[in-house]
Amino acid sequence: MKLPVYLDYHATAPVDPEVLQAMMPYFTEVFGNAASRNHEYGWTAEAAVEKARQQISKLIGATEKEVIFTSGATESNNLAIKGVAEMYQEKGNHIITSTIEHKAILDTCHALEKKGFEITYLPVDRYGQVSAEAVRNAITPKTILVSIMAANNEIGTINPIGSIGKVCKEKGVIFHTDAVQLVGKGHVDVEEMGIDLLSMTAHKMCGPKGVAALYVRRRNPRVRLAAMMHGGGHERGMRSGTLNVPGIVGFGKAAELAGRRMVEESGRIQRLRDFLWEKIQADLDEVYLNGHPNERLPGNLNVSFAYVEGESLMMGMKELAVSSGSACTSASLEPSYVLKNIGVGEDLAHTSIRFGLGRFTTQEEIEFAASKVISTVKKLRDLSPLYEMAKEGIDLKSVNWTGH
Amino acid sequence: MAYNTKVIDHYENPRNVGSLDKTSKSVGTGLVGAPECGDVMKLQIEIDEKTRIIKDAKFKTFGCGSAIASSSLATEWVKGKTIDQALAIKNTEIVQELSLPPIKIHCSVLAEDAIKAAIQDYIKKNEEKEKLA
Repeated sequence: MKLPVYLDYHATAPVDPEVLQAMMPYFTEVFGNAASRNHEYGWTAEAAVEKARQQISKLIGATEKEVIFTSGATESNNLAIKGVAEMYQEKGNHIITSTIEHKAILDTCHALEKKGFEITYLPVDRYGQVSAEAVRNAITPKTILVSIMAANNEIGTINPIGSIGKVCKEKGVIFHTDAVQLVGKGHVDVEEMGIDLLSMTAHKMCGPKGVAALYVRRRNPRVRLAAMMHGGGHERGMRSGTLNVPGIVGFGKAAELAGRRMVEESGRIQRLRDFLWEKIQADLDEVYLNGHPNERLPGNLNVSFAYVEGESLMMGMKELAVSSGSACTSASLEPSYVLKNIGVGEDLAHTSIRFGLGRFTTQEEIEFAASKVISTVKKLRDLSPLYEMAKEGIDLKSVNWTGH
Repeated sequence: MAYNTKVIDHYENPRNVGSLDKTSKSVGTGLVGAPECGDVMKLQIEIDEKTRIIKDAKFKTFGCGSAIASSSLATEWVKGKTIDQALAIKNTEIVQELSLPPIKIHCSVLAEDAIKAAIQDYIKKNEEKEKLA
């Protein structure tokens, strides 16, 4: 077992050896520019890109012409939102999103607000879900775009994307979803779910970093985007720039593998995740699950360990690579805005740990992780004045704290 | 973020963890910080009434590694000191000893506050005692 045990698959995943193998020739022998239309080198590169487009489109139920390659999901999200905003600004200036989107969505929306767009940030329920009804009620004649994430990167909650897509179709509003965490892990079908734009990335599904895609619907309706990157007119003019051929080939292979293995792999990962959660609950009191109990990513477990601060917890289990919602782990000194928006109090937000399981996570690793977490929490609770007070029956909410 | 070796040492082998009898008149208890801010320190001192020397100190801390280290160090430093000497301990000395980065300076401030709060609690307890007598 390699230490530290990697349990941060929401951040990124290792490249699958099969993916790497597929990519290798495209760095050296087949190095052509996919846009070189007049010789063999260009044709083979182009053929490889088209094959990847097919593999990726198949994973989300799209056609290959609807896949636009980008440099990362942040770019895909920027292109989707700014591209729609600029293209449809004469139709309206209102965009709907949610309060727990990834920063790539929220910051893009903030930037548009400064340019005169109106943004509605829909609140989420205590599990982190946005209801289709809330979306329906927020739509006005000025609404040009709804952008709601498919699954949350911190708490793993999956949104009712199909119902939201249906409302958007009914109202004739373009629907974008940031599906970075869900694609390759759970069922996504752009036709069935009424999705018009979808962001996805290779490295969350054991593909390489630096390559991602934006699905752009071509029929019913045909979605048009103003380009952010101008140049040689690649990718139907929506994203100029020489294509990252080896990266795209790897992305294609990763999508193919994810699609083929999804059912078996998600089941296996979910069983490991449930095992970890059961172990933790059996040995520790006052542990709280953040996010939805069932409608969540199979590899996500986000837990608040009351009375134990997240950063010190991570420090005590440095054999585990996990992440925390504690303020101390971020540069901002603010605890997670996602936890805050689902109503987790700041005291509990400071105590949260996110475990992210993935393709290469083993039973042995999870057993090791469980015992490490349990022993560290116990050790730190022995050190915690809050745990001591709670055990003495003192209501911590009634204490007059001298906060600073 | 990589931690300083002294912080790691205090985190892994915290000195003087525990609790003293908070009802005893020779014990002063300081409880500072807030759960919402991510750190709470409880520092207790036991004072020899005749010599006014701190003969024992214990702590419990909810907080990051630097907060735990700052309070652990504070208990080490106050032991054997008189009340006046303990009151003279500055947070900057803790920062220096543990090489705390700017983002962790508040941990040392909290430790200094905890020492002062514990001493104040002791003084208050004993003043009342004297008045009653």
